[in-house]
Amino acid sequence: MFGINDPAIYLGYLMAIISLIACIVYGIINWNKGMEDSE
Amino acid sequence: MNTFTLGFIVVIYLLAITYLGYLGYKKTKTARDYLLAGRDIHPFVMAMSYGATFISTSAIIGFGGVAAIYGMGLIWLTVLNILVGVFIAFIFFGRITRKMGHNLDAHTFPEFLGNRFQSKRIQIISGAVIFIAMPLYAAVVLIGGARFIESIFEIDFSIALTFFSLIIAAYVIAGGLKGVMYTDALQGSIMFLSLFFLLIYSYINLGGVTAAHEGLTNMANLVPESLSAKGHIGWTAFPKINSAWWWVLVTNIILGVGIGVLAQPQLIVRFMTVKSNRELNRAVIIGGVFIFVATGFIFTVGALSNLFFFNESGELAIQVAKGNIDLIIPGYIRAAMPEWFVYIFMLALLSAGMSTLSSQFHTMGTSIGRDFIENLFPKKKINSMLISKIGIIIAIGVSIIIGYQLPGSIIARGTAIFFGISAATFLPVYFAALYWKRATKKAATWSIVSGIAASAFALTFLHVKESAPLGICDAIFGQPTLATKFPWMIIDPILIAMPISIIVLVVITFFTKKISEEHLDKCYKGIK
Repeated sequence: MFGINDPAIYLGYLMAIISLIACIVYGIINWNKGMEDSE
Repeated sequence: MNTFTLGFIVVIYLLAITYLGYLGYKKTKTARDYLLAGRDIHPFVMAMSYGATFISTSAIIGFGGVAAIYGMGLIWLTVLNILVGVFIAFIFFGRITRKMGHNLDAHTFPEFLGNRFQSKRIQIISGAVIFIAMPLYAAVVLIGGARFIESIFEIDFSIALTFFSLIIAAYVIAGGLKGVMYTDALQGSIMFLSLFFLLIYSYINLGGVTAAHEGLTNMANLVPESLSAKGHIGWTAFPKINSAWWWVLVTNIILGVGIGVLAQPQLIVRFMTVKSNRELNRAVIIGGVFIFVATGFIFTVGALSNLFFFNESGELAIQVAKGNIDLIIPGYIRAAMPEWFVYIFMLALLSAGMSTLSSQFHTMGTSIGRDFIENLFPKKKINSMLISKIGIIIAIGVSIIIGYQLPGSIIARGTAIFFGISAATFLPVYFAALYWKRATKKAATWSIVSGIAASAFALTFLHVKESAPLGICDAIFGQPTLATKFPWMIIDPILIAMPISIIVLVVITFFTKKISEEHLDKCYKGIK
C-alpha cells in the first residue's frame, strides 16, 4: 500500500489517521457541551 | 546563510515572545493567575500549549533522528501520542482533573494528589520527585536548543546556553503560567506550520508519496550488518518480532513515551487552566491535529532522510551525521530544504525548546516552592508567587549544571527516561485519584515511593543503557547489569517499575483505612 509492504507500518498510519478522526468527531459532537459545571 | 536576515527574523520572533510574556505579566495578579493562568484560558491556547509543551526539541531532533535509524515503525508512537496523549488524556483524565482540582483548590499536580489523599507528605514527596527527576529532561531540551543556537549563529556554547536560559527565565518568572501559555500558543503555531511544510516538501522532493516509500522499501538490503543482526529489516518495516531491535523500539520508545505522557505534571496542570469541560472538548480537536502533524510528520521525514542522503551521496542518514543521531534532522534540513525554510525551521526548533522548557521551569519552580518548601515550613506565611519564582531560578541553575555533563545522542533517551519515571511514580496514583475511591492515603504514599525506587533500581542495575555508563552495578557486582537473560537488560524500566507501583497501591489499600466519605463527596462533587 503506497509503496509500503509491511502491514505493521501501514496499519500504524491507518490507526494514526483513525485516532485523529476520533478526536475531530468527538470535538465536533461535544462542541457546545460541558458548560453545566463552568461563581 | 545570511547573518543579517537570520538576526532580523530572530529579533522579530523575540519581540513577539516579549510582548506575549508582558501580556501574561500584566494579567497576573494572584497566585491562581501565576500557578493556573487564572483558570480561564481559551481552548486554542490550552491545546496549543499542551502540544507545544509535549513536543520539544526532543521530539523533533531526538525522535526524528531515532526514526532515521529505526524507520517508520515509530508511527505507532504517534498513534499512542494521539490516542493516549490527547484522546484519553483530555476526555478520561482531563475532565475529572479539572473539576476535582477546582473542588480541592489545587494549584499544582503534587497539591492535587496531596489534597485528594489528604496528605501533605504525598505533596512534599511528589514535589521532590519532580524537582529531582525533571532537571534531566529539562537539561536535554536546554542542551538541544543551545547546541542548535551555537551551530547556527557560530557563537560559543556557553554564551548560547546563557542567552537561551535567560530569555526563557525572563518570561516564565515575570509572566507565570499565563506568560508561558500565551508564548506556547505562538510557538506551537510556528512548529505546526513548519513541520507541515517539511513533510509535503520532502515528498515532492522525493517524487511523491508512493515513489518515496518504494525507494525507501528498496533500500532494505542496505541495512548495516550490525543492525540487521539485531532485527532491523528495513526502514518501511517493523523490526523482527522478539529481536533486540523490536524490544527497544516497542518498550523504550513507543510504550515508554506513549504511556508516560499521561503522568507528566507539566501537562496535567494544563487541564486545570480552563473554566469548563466545553473548553476541553474543543481542545481535543486542536490537540489531535497538532500532535498528528508534530509527531507523525517528523517521524516520517526522519525515515525518508535515508532515501534523500542515499540519492545524494550514497550514504545512510546516520553515516552522514557521523554516528550522532541528534545531528540527522538538522543535517537533512540544511541539505534538502530551501534556504528560506532553514530560517523558519530554526524558529520552529527554538519554539519547540522554549515552549517545553518554560513549562518545565514553571513546574519545577512551583514544585520546589509551593509543594516542597511551603509544606516543610507550614507555620511560616510564605508568598506562593515569590517562592515559586525563587524555585524557578534554582531549577534553571540545576538544569544548566546537568546539561554540561551530558553525553551526545542523549536527547531522545533523556526524554524517555523522565517519561518512564513519571509513569511508574505517578500514573497508578493519579488514575486511582480519579477513578478508585477505595484507594487509601498510605497506599498512595507507598505506591509513589515504590515507583521511584523501582525506577531508580532498574536504571542503576538492570537497564544496560543506563547501568553500564553509571558504573554503580559494575563497581558493586563486577558486571554492567544484573539482568543476564535476554530481553531483561533492554526492557524499559517502565515495564518493571510501573507494575510494582500498581501492586503496592492495590495490596496496601486493602489493609489500610479508607478515606472518609465526607472528603470523597467533596472531591467528586459535580463529577458524574
